[in-house]
Amino acid sequence: MSKGLISIIEKEYQERRSQLPEFKAGDTVNVHVKIKEGDKERIQQFQGAVLQRRNKNTNGETFTVRKVSNGIAIERVFPILSPNIDKIEVIRKGKVRRARLFYLRGLKGKAAKIKEKR
Amino acid sequence: MPGLIGKKVGMTSVFDENGKSVACTLIKVGPCVVTQVRTLEVDGYEALQLAYDEKKEKNTSKALKGHFKKASTTPKRKLVEFQFPDQKYDLGAEVKASDVFSEGEFVDVVGKSKGKGFQGVVKRHNFGGVGQATHGQHNRQRHPGAIGACSYPARVFKGLKMAGRMGNARTKVTNLKVMKVLAEENLVLISGAIPGSRNSYIIIEK
Repeated sequence: MSKGLISIIEKEYQERRSQLPEFKAGDTVNVHVKIKEGDKERIQQFQGAVLQRRNKNTNGETFTVRKVSNGIAIERVFPILSPNIDKIEVIRKGKVRRARLFYLRGLKGKAAKIKEKR
Repeated sequence: MPGLIGKKVGMTSVFDENGKSVACTLIKVGPCVVTQVRTLEVDGYEALQLAYDEKKEKNTSKALKGHFKKASTTPKRKLVEFQFPDQKYDLGAEVKASDVFSEGEFVDVVGKSKGKGFQGVVKRHNFGGVGQATHGQHNRQRHPGAIGACSYPARVFKGLKMAGRMGNARTKVTNLKVMKVLAEENLVLISGAIPGSRNSYIIIEK
């Protein structure tokens, strides 16, 4: 009884999920985030490497993006089905052996580069 | 109607109007049947008895069979009385979730919490334990400590928090927001967690 009834609620998010591009840890993505300032809305971009995807195939699924700007690294966690995400662009597919790339936090410069998948 | 009976379905999460992810519990509510109308003249107070969830006729006692027959309905498993009805309902009337609840309002939810068995004071009453692992503490990390004074009062006070059975008790969670009401499926989505396991009976009060 339970699984079937819960899918009624989750159904409306299924369509949104099917429109998302496929990406995983190691890929470089550009996330377009809607930001509300008063009653104005604008779009901010956040581009970086995907460190991980968590709680896959649930409504609470999130992904972490790491971006290094001026030598300072910023990590942001986005709920993948959030209505505040306008669009996700996949810029580059990365070649990695792990699902979670926390080792990138300790690396700098050329060592922190992810090879492109060919 | 001041409330309805339902069954816990499970949890999921949805996004609210601000784009925030909210953990929610899905409850199958009703449709409930009015099986008895208590009146001021006859019973001394005003209330409605609601019944929910089908039950086999062969598992119903003769006394209860007669009770359900009076309301011209089939036997039901759960019977709950709700006081102070806001309008008049006839015997045998069907009450649905969409008649009672609307999106955005706040409700209280009553359920029976999951039984945890015999638990110590750290889990049961959020005691801190001893707090040290060294300085002579070798067998009392999760103990309650002192339970009273000495020759006065020379006894342990009643109601002192101690180890014992935890859970499996009637629990009420107040001020939960109704996120969604699905009229056709008789489902109500409520923000936050509610007591009890899946498929356990739930009373939603307004």
